[in-house]
Amino acid sequence: MFLALRELAFARTRFGLMAAVIAMIAVLMVLLSGLSSGLVVDGVSGLMRSPIGAVAFSEGTKTDSAFTRSEVTRAQSDTWAAQGDVADAELLGTSIVNAKNGDGSPLDLTLFGVEPDGFVTPAAAQGREIAGPGEAVLSSSARDEGVALGDVITLSRLGTTLTVVGFTADQRTFGHVDVAFIPLTTWQEVHAGAMAGEQPSPEAYDVASVVALRGIDGRTPDLAAGDTAAHTSARTIKAAFDSSPGYAAELMTMQLIKAFLYAISALVVGAFFTLWTVQRTRELAVMRAMGASTRFLLTDGVLQAAILLVGALAVGMGVGLAFGGLLQGTGIPFALATGPILAGGALLLGLGLAGAAVATARIASIDPVTALGENR
Amino acid sequence: MTTTAPSTRTRTGLKLTDVTLTFGDGDDQVTALDHVDLTVVPGELIAIVGPSGAGKSSLLAVAGGLARPTSGSVVVVDTDLIGLSSRALAAFRRDHLGFVFQSGNLVPALTALDQLRLVEKITGRRATTPPEELLRAVGMDQHAGRRPGRLSGGERQRVGIARALVASPSVLLVDEPTAALDRRRSHEIVEVLAFQTHEFSVATVMVTHDHDVLEHCDRVLEMIDGRLRPL
Repeated sequence: MFLALRELAFARTRFGLMAAVIAMIAVLMVLLSGLSSGLVVDGVSGLMRSPIGAVAFSEGTKTDSAFTRSEVTRAQSDTWAAQGDVADAELLGTSIVNAKNGDGSPLDLTLFGVEPDGFVTPAAAQGREIAGPGEAVLSSSARDEGVALGDVITLSRLGTTLTVVGFTADQRTFGHVDVAFIPLTTWQEVHAGAMAGEQPSPEAYDVASVVALRGIDGRTPDLAAGDTAAHTSARTIKAAFDSSPGYAAELMTMQLIKAFLYAISALVVGAFFTLWTVQRTRELAVMRAMGASTRFLLTDGVLQAAILLVGALAVGMGVGLAFGGLLQGTGIPFALATGPILAGGALLLGLGLAGAAVATARIASIDPVTALGENR
Repeated sequence: MTTTAPSTRTRTGLKLTDVTLTFGDGDDQVTALDHVDLTVVPGELIAIVGPSGAGKSSLLAVAGGLARPTSGSVVVVDTDLIGLSSRALAAFRRDHLGFVFQSGNLVPALTALDQLRLVEKITGRRATTPPEELLRAVGMDQHAGRRPGRLSGGERQRVGIARALVASPSVLLVDEPTAALDRRRSHEIVEVLAFQTHEFSVATVMVTHDHDVLEHCDRVLEMIDGRLRPL
């Protein structure tokens, strides 16, 4: 530490430039984390912020876009409800539609058909809960699209109208589209393709997309047993996120970018400390000749890297958080989540230290005899 | 060739016995040290002169435990360095050996005083003679807060001498201390070295090209083709 601090102060321009690079990587990490979290919120917050613990799809449904492909019956829902470890099981309809607001402005909506008194139905932070056919509680984010309480939304093609009676407390989106919670019967009519004012066949009121499940005391029920009994393909809610449109591909893309960022940060830090160590070869040889142990020199080198990394990451993450704060609430899917940002910071620190440790390890191979005369 | 110190000395600081150091093999083999015997007692400053490539630095390297001889023994304060592991050698250098390098070879980031404190950090113990006092002893107390970049060549070398004395070494190995200095400063530096050698009772071996400063030394030896002989 003695030497590390003094060298940091002495070579402050070099270390300052390196710190700036690390800080910019940290800013990028925060922004990528924010975008990842934002995409998660934008992609599946309609499910993530619901009390659903697992989802049963129709048997054999493929993962991709399973919510729109799947179709289950009330009998299957009842079979799930009869399972001993299931506290709640009810039909949930999901479909993405085009619509127009009363003023003619276009809207994309994900319709979640829910039992009005069921466990999936959200509380309304503004307005009231859905009580009857043709009513809708919308994601709070729909207000940003200009939707207001009392607005009448008309679904394209069918002409079905939905009256906005409430908004949720937070963002509820699915596939980057605002969720409209509507009564299951209304959803079934839309799903059956019934034009406004028409009644679909009675069988239409027997189906939905999936069975939403909640285990006793919040535990995940025995999905295999339920599947066998109900002939469904059940997944935990987190596993079901992958069935949200584009969700898995988007996250994979972000993770790939982040992986490259982490690799680059380790390489950049490693390269800097390699050059720094090479520049210091003569003085390191002198210290080794004076009897400095490899451990003493390595500890000092790694501590120096740790001080640089912690300081630069703290500044970078601070700037990233400040910048990210400005992005929140704009049209960009961005959410500042503490966990991923701290984990990203820890990963940058760990990888940076690993890079620095590998770079400074060459200290061990410096021959102290090079401190002498003509060998220099 | 055997080169011994005056018989009035009893305790041995440094003793090289029949030391040979060769590099390479076959036709490419180079003999840097050829059956060298050398004894330096505490408080004695000896100078080794000779042309470039004669083996002077090799002698310092072997005497300082920085290079292992091909044969022979190197004893410093009753310890034969030949049998020590690299780690043990480093520990031994910390405790018993001091080095003064060409141009001081100071750490650029450290002030004159911190150069000495660094040795305390390396050895893990406080110097018997405080660093401030050592700087005063070499006439550098006024420049304690200056980094090497703001010191002249002679001043850097003085700091280098003080730094070498921090750990109270038994043997001081000095590598071309006047290589970059003018005549006046060269004399000053070797005078300081001679004084500190006697003051701290250190066995000092100085390698130099500079024949002008030999008057300050207790003995002068010449090295030619790896062999040592009195001048």
